[in-house]
Amino acid sequence: MADIAVARATSLRPALSRDDLVRGGGLVVMGVFLFVVVLLPLYALLSKSFEDADGKFIGFANYIEYFGTPALVSSAGHTIFIGVVTMVIVVTLAFIYAYALTRSCMPFKGLFRGIALIPILAPSLLPAISLVYLFGNQGMIKELLFGYKIYGPIGIVIALAFWIFPHTVMLLTTALATADARLYEAAIALRASKLRTFFTVTLPATKYGVMSACFVAFTYGITDFGAPKVIGGWYNVLSVDIYKQVVGQWNFQMGAVVSVILLFPVVITFIVDRLVQRRQVAQITARSVPLEPKPNRRFDLIMLIYCSVIAFILLGILAVSAYASFIKFWPYNLSLSLDNYQFQYMDGGGWDAYGNSILLGVLTAFFGSLIIFGGAYLVEKSRHYGKYRGTLQFLAILPLAVPGMVLGLAYIFFFNDPANPLNFLYQTLGILVICTIAHYYTVPHLTALTALKQLDAEFEDVSASLKVPFYKTFSRVTFPVCLPAILDIGIYLFINAMTTVSAVVFLWGPATKLASVAVLNMDDQGDIAPAAAMAMMIVYTSATVRILHIVLTRGLQRRTQAWRRREVIAETVGQPAPT
Amino acid sequence: MSDAQPSTKAKESPYLRIESLTKLFGSFAALKDINLEVFEGEFICFLGPSGCGKTTLLRCIAGLDIQTSGRVIQAGEDISTLPPSARDFGIVFQSYALFPNLTVRKNLAYGLENRRMKKAAIEERVNELLELVGLTGQDKKYPSQLSGGQQQRVALARALASWPGLLLLDEPLSALDAKVRVYLRHEVRRLQRKLGITTVMVTHDQEEALTMADRIVVMDQGVIGQVGTPLQIYREPATSFVADFIGSMNFVPGTMAAPNLVRFGNVNLACDVDGLAAGMEVTIAIRPEDIVVQDVAGSEENAFEVQIESTEFLGSFLRVDLVSETMGEARLRADFSINLVRRVDISEGASLPVMVPRERIRIYPGSLDHG
Amino acid sequence: MNTSCISLRIHKALAVVVAAFLVTVFSIPPAAADTTLTVYTALEAEELRPLQDAFQKEHPDIKINWVRDSTGIITAKVLAEKANPKADLFYGTSATSLLVADSLGLLTPYAPKGLDKLDPRFRDPRNPPHWVGVDAYAAVICYNTIEAKKFNLPQPTTWKDLTKPVYKGYLVMPNPNSSGTGFLTVSAWLQMMGEKAAWKYMNQLHQNMAVYTHSGSKPCRLAAAGEHPIGISFAFRGAKLKQKGAPLALITPEEGVGWEVEASGIMKASKNKEAAMKFMDWSITPAAMKVFNDYLPILARPDLAKPVKHFPEDTQEKMIKNDFAWAAENRKRILGEWQKRYDVKSEPKS
Repeated sequence: MADIAVARATSLRPALSRDDLVRGGGLVVMGVFLFVVVLLPLYALLSKSFEDADGKFIGFANYIEYFGTPALVSSAGHTIFIGVVTMVIVVTLAFIYAYALTRSCMPFKGLFRGIALIPILAPSLLPAISLVYLFGNQGMIKELLFGYKIYGPIGIVIALAFWIFPHTVMLLTTALATADARLYEAAIALRASKLRTFFTVTLPATKYGVMSACFVAFTYGITDFGAPKVIGGWYNVLSVDIYKQVVGQWNFQMGAVVSVILLFPVVITFIVDRLVQRRQVAQITARSVPLEPKPNRRFDLIMLIYCSVIAFILLGILAVSAYASFIKFWPYNLSLSLDNYQFQYMDGGGWDAYGNSILLGVLTAFFGSLIIFGGAYLVEKSRHYGKYRGTLQFLAILPLAVPGMVLGLAYIFFFNDPANPLNFLYQTLGILVICTIAHYYTVPHLTALTALKQLDAEFEDVSASLKVPFYKTFSRVTFPVCLPAILDIGIYLFINAMTTVSAVVFLWGPATKLASVAVLNMDDQGDIAPAAAMAMMIVYTSATVRILHIVLTRGLQRRTQAWRRREVIAETVGQPAPT
Repeated sequence: MSDAQPSTKAKESPYLRIESLTKLFGSFAALKDINLEVFEGEFICFLGPSGCGKTTLLRCIAGLDIQTSGRVIQAGEDISTLPPSARDFGIVFQSYALFPNLTVRKNLAYGLENRRMKKAAIEERVNELLELVGLTGQDKKYPSQLSGGQQQRVALARALASWPGLLLLDEPLSALDAKVRVYLRHEVRRLQRKLGITTVMVTHDQEEALTMADRIVVMDQGVIGQVGTPLQIYREPATSFVADFIGSMNFVPGTMAAPNLVRFGNVNLACDVDGLAAGMEVTIAIRPEDIVVQDVAGSEENAFEVQIESTEFLGSFLRVDLVSETMGEARLRADFSINLVRRVDISEGASLPVMVPRERIRIYPGSLDHG
Repeated sequence: MNTSCISLRIHKALAVVVAAFLVTVFSIPPAAADTTLTVYTALEAEELRPLQDAFQKEHPDIKINWVRDSTGIITAKVLAEKANPKADLFYGTSATSLLVADSLGLLTPYAPKGLDKLDPRFRDPRNPPHWVGVDAYAAVICYNTIEAKKFNLPQPTTWKDLTKPVYKGYLVMPNPNSSGTGFLTVSAWLQMMGEKAAWKYMNQLHQNMAVYTHSGSKPCRLAAAGEHPIGISFAFRGAKLKQKGAPLALITPEEGVGWEVEASGIMKASKNKEAAMKFMDWSITPAAMKVFNDYLPILARPDLAKPVKHFPEDTQEKMIKNDFAWAAENRKRILGEWQKRYDVKSEPKS
């Protein structure tokens, strides 16, 4: 071992190529970016929670005050309760739905898959608004609640279930789709009953998918702001408390305290999720045989009925808002008109807000895809700087653990500080773009990483040996090959920018009101029909862009299919030897 | 093809020299004090089991990994710490790393376009390369439209495109079907000879190394076990590891009965060995094909009587496990050609005299765990 | 089509687009050539355009950049920006909000021309005043006649009536923590009844309350839609909804109604003080009063006030003697107490 010690002592320092230096510079820029848009604001938030209104450090006094206010503390319990109940309901419903999509031979699977994803296009305010029309005191079918009030946990959970459903269905479909047929053949050979097979094969094989779905449902459930704001009634939850503390009571310190409280369960969920995910990697088996569902008339019929019911509910909730937005004066004048779309006469920012939202969506999609894909590229494909890349990876994953409300408030503290040189961004569209990118950073980052990992790891090495600078390979190979993934990132960011309320509700300025915030404010004012109208405008827009995205992706695939397809070409060994 | 061989250095000074190179990953030493010289125009194979450090050594030569200590000298220039882009080599990976969205032509022109070459010159060079690897007419295809073997040849042509002084091949054939692999071995070797380009290939396939290399570097656990021509490596493995790794080998524990006489069981074998004193514990290594059936019993040197315990038919030869009282505990495995089998009665339980030519016996000091 | 060619074009396009976007993003709001006043206000959205048009008829060189939101939010914004104020004017917001801003030293005193003609209740008593009001809005009860008949709810005439068990679950009022209307109502009860009696009253009222809304106009809208038949809200919203055909009666309780001035002040940090002063001057001219009178019947200049359709006519005389300074001083304490008492509810009440 002595020579090893010597070798280490005299360790060589590799000379860095221009590529290495440029990428190193890029990594530094990315690091600074993520540090400034994620960590520093969170630090500002945290320190604010230890200050009084004049900015003096007062230790835990705010926290002591918080825990001395029963109204506030009860919200924490409510929030967890909502999170757990929503999680159980939505994961159960979504599991059966995903099971039907992957393990049955029912017809219209593509259609049902599409319908399940529709709620993604809407802000979480929309299902809540629809529920008011359905089950409110003047609701169309309020009798179905048997006297229970929709305002409160019932409403929140139903609205959240609608809104979270697509996310869980996607995760569970993936989990259920990658089953190993051999295990099922073995189960049949061993004469295990269907039920036993389900519990001994299906569930264990999908447990990580189910866990992921649970974490996502729980996190979305406790952090969402739109649904409890609209339909929560007296049932206070943490996200609404943050809003009320800041907007209602002008108590920023307490807002910061509640934010930190909300941060706890989310961060814990996040950590557990990471630990579970890490385990999962080790459990994936090398070669499994894909499972092909076999027709079973009774089972397929049951699944078809189940999916139809769920699809009907999903579409129904959307349709209610669509319908309500045309009604002149609910419930006394049911004639139809476009009055509720005359946003210019209403609070919330009018059609300008709608325009701003589209602009925000476009800018976020554009810059977000660029920054996030670029960052993922640098993290994945740079040589050297190992530890630093690890840190960056952590920073990129971190936003998943930061609820929108918390990030938004943190941004006020950080960017509105006159000592901050970035202060000029405050109340501009710029800060909304940055905040939305930061808020939704993680998922696109992981998408980009997956796409990049599918590329041959040796492209960069080959390019270096050919003396071609990395950016050329990036633009000629990496970028075009990953274009579908980049488009996916773009659409994800666009739709989220259109629908999000939580992070931006604190950040819009006079010239930068947003459609989603307008929905919130109009509902706040009691203008619920116009709120429904604006929410529908968001849905229509997201849907249009989504369709555009599909067309674009299809076109791209058609044009590049010559090199994208993967087929095995027969060898021709006996070919005449070259001269 | 003079353009492929720009340098005309004296054969005596090595083109590539590796001096006391060590590579650590954390506390794990992937390479320990490696010294090696590669001469101009040579085809060198790094051969060893997975994890022996052969790929790491290749990556250090390419600059893809930088060694912890030691030097790499190419064409008289110390390139120890240079990044890959500042070194002079072409490389082919096991995955080929062909750019999927570029046609064969674009793939081949990729490195050339960056050299401020005229368009026509690039065209010409690409055509030349296509012809070189026998893919003329396939240049408009995308990699996914080619067979594995064709892709491999594109990768090879791309690595050669800009006249590198050194060609590095990292398991270039192991992703291919057995038949194509055999065919391409010859192709690669033929090309290398034709261009005279100094080549280093990493492989775990001894057959590949034996058929292709001028010299083989057998590696084990981060150190070089032996450097030599295929024949040397096979005939005179320097260590028991090399002996075991290359081909198949009988290892039998024995003792030196006298200088140049080794004994196992009651069998005494004459051998040529230096510097091992009588009474020393040794391991005797004999290749199965070197055990010869004696027509005349008993009289010759190194002959002894054995019994056939079991046989295994392997097509062109018969693998036979031999035991005998005189050998004691030891057992030997021998490969007998089918020709021989036709002449001699080789069936389970039969006895027959065999002999081992003394020059084919290898003796390694110490006892070993090798079976 | 060849890929490298496309990617090259993509690059050029990218560069152009990036540059264009950067310019757009960071230049919002755009700089104007004339003086532009940034005015933070809680006036109704529909009021702003006519007000601006009337003002610019006399001052075409001054542009107005409205930042409108509910009282709570706009005040939160002013406070949030206290270190670095963005507004020139804090305009048409509750006097209490202005006093809170004033207590942080954010306002600069100014006596607009024609100050002497104002009803003294509509201005800061100090000289020069730190804030000046233009009109007043009062909290009334919005009462849905159709739903009331359905549920047999008699029309209340006093605040006290609302505590009757018959109204249990049918009442809504704004949360004073988020709504200016909510706060002025609570503040009025405290001032009218005395603190002890008022809290007791609110305890009883709490039993009947279906929900506390975030905004001040929502209770009336909920009442109009029949969602909750009786809502405490401000009269303006009720009048508007009646005009739209809502089956509402607007009730001014006999004990008196809480009210607030829509008050304005100049931000100390304003860089356009001259223009801001012009706007303050103009705000109490007959031309401005005429615009305000289209929406509210109670003006700072009683001599110019005309009744507005659908407004309860007796609002003016029912307005209590409101001590804004007391309200501003005690605001935090009142809200804290209110939250402690009523904001905790595990279930929506039925």
